[in-house]
Amino acid sequence: MGWLTPEEWGAVRLSLEVALRSVAMGLPPAILAAWLLARARFPGRPLLDALVHLPLVMPPVVVGWLLLVTFGVRGPIGAVLNEWFGVRLVFTTEGASLATAVMAFPLIVRAVRLSLESVDTGLEAAARTLGAGPLDRFATITLPLMAPGILAGGITAFAAGLGEFGAVITFASNIPGETQTLPLAIYAATQTPGGEATAARLALVSFALAVGGLLLAEAVARRMWRLLGRAAPS
Amino acid sequence: MLEVALSHAFPGFALEAEFAAPGGVTALFGPSGCGKSTILAAVAGLLRPREGRIALDGAVLLDTARGISVPAERRRCGVVFQDARLFPHLSVETNLRYGLRRAPRGAEGPGFEAVVALLGIGHLLRRRPLGLSGGERQRVALGRALLARPRLLLMDEPLAALDAARRAEVLPFLARLRDAAGLPILYVTHALDEVDALADTLVLLEAGRVAAAGPVEALSARTDLPQLSRRRDAGALLACTVLAHDAARGLTRLGFPGGELVTPLRPEPAGARLRVRLRARDVAVAVTEPHGLSVHNILPCRLEGMSEAGPQEVFLRLGLGPTTLLARVTRDTPSRLGLAPGMALWALVKSVAFDRAAAAGEAEPATPLPATPVLEPAP
Repeated sequence: MGWLTPEEWGAVRLSLEVALRSVAMGLPPAILAAWLLARARFPGRPLLDALVHLPLVMPPVVVGWLLLVTFGVRGPIGAVLNEWFGVRLVFTTEGASLATAVMAFPLIVRAVRLSLESVDTGLEAAARTLGAGPLDRFATITLPLMAPGILAGGITAFAAGLGEFGAVITFASNIPGETQTLPLAIYAATQTPGGEATAARLALVSFALAVGGLLLAEAVARRMWRLLGRAAPS
Repeated sequence: MLEVALSHAFPGFALEAEFAAPGGVTALFGPSGCGKSTILAAVAGLLRPREGRIALDGAVLLDTARGISVPAERRRCGVVFQDARLFPHLSVETNLRYGLRRAPRGAEGPGFEAVVALLGIGHLLRRRPLGLSGGERQRVALGRALLARPRLLLMDEPLAALDAARRAEVLPFLARLRDAAGLPILYVTHALDEVDALADTLVLLEAGRVAAAGPVEALSARTDLPQLSRRRDAGALLACTVLAHDAARGLTRLGFPGGELVTPLRPEPAGARLRVRLRARDVAVAVTEPHGLSVHNILPCRLEGMSEAGPQEVFLRLGLGPTTLLARVTRDTPSRLGLAPGMALWALVKSVAFDRAAAAGEAEPATPLPATPVLEPAP
């Protein structure tokens, strides 16, 4: 498509990469958190629940600032990563992915938890009587039955991650080719004289990706629920 | 031999049960809410009772006093649930192989093909559980449990969710499986016809306690067990053997310990074992040997005793050698006929009276399945 400049294409590609990484990064802990919230009984459960949902209610800029404080080169975790492993998150693509993952985390957890709660524990009990241990059961019964929710949550988080602005710009800054994702590029364009056309084109791409992602999530989830022989939970 | 002693408390309900199940099929029978499914879940390891001890052939599965509780996945108790619980995301064949793949190396049991043939599910292997009828689902669930190479089969009302036609479809498979698998089976039910058709031992449960336990035939002739004797179809179960057929007259002779019965022609071959429920309301008595009746079965017997069978009726316990029959008569009959325990009587049973009850008899004896060790390696 010739109607985007190479710089604009770079922002689109980077957005896709950051969103993809954020989903990959967020999914395993989200499944764990969803499992803890849906199945485990422990004293700190309400606290974990609140913590998981925090990014949903906090200003993204605050989330970005908190990440900066903890994962910055002088932050408690950032310092360790930097000195021991030479990993620097601030102002990098990885950092942008982390910020996006944190923001999308509640979305994934909600979708995964919903699907986990719809898994019939009777089936897991049946697997137990057939000789399947806890991990075996989770991998062969629970996880496949949760798959629609995991996929839907992943796609929704991906679509939302394409548009993450506040946390990314605060934590990872706005570096073209490094951390300048679609919304950041749009913002930069609006700040530049004569950038209206760029902003409009990128906004269109952003809109199309978001809508496409949501439709895809819906379609995939429906198909998988049908495959499992159940109606989708509404 | 399965030994069970449990005590467990739910809000508003206490379970305090102890019984032993010798080989064969042991039915846990009782109304819903009597604790039978709780006992089954505890044996399977899916529920941890407050206190108890469960041992199978001497191996302890649970002993709360010693802090032993073998996890369900290592108890090797195959369970057939009322709702089948097939894994919806796996094909029928993968469902069937789920337990087989996880069976311990060297565990013996019938092979895949043999079980598929026994249950008649070969044409379903590639299907998904969703597309199966209730009866087919339950047959697959039976196969899946059996293929896990269990030491004990637990069945939790496996026919309760099925309509009459589906029940009639699955029941013969259950009987074949019982004869072929050679495993002890604990069978939870509230349907007496399933007990008649399948059970060797009966454990009667009432409000979380064992009201009575013993061989089915012995319990069926007792009049002091309201769960059995208050039913309109109460009556003695007779373990019969087909003696001979008389095709010309359309009759079959059945032998039981202490006597013989004539029934309308039956499909089972001579020598087949058959269990017949002789409903007490279908049995009449005479104080002198009657003549000129259409009734085929006129059995000399001795009155063992009488007991109430409801406000207007009385049970007569009739002894024929080692067997006891029950007859249900009106309250005035004993005085009208001058009945007294020890009297010689004739029990009258119409031949056509028990053909329906006999339909719950055992299926043809199935040939035992060849035992093969697990050879298939886990993929």
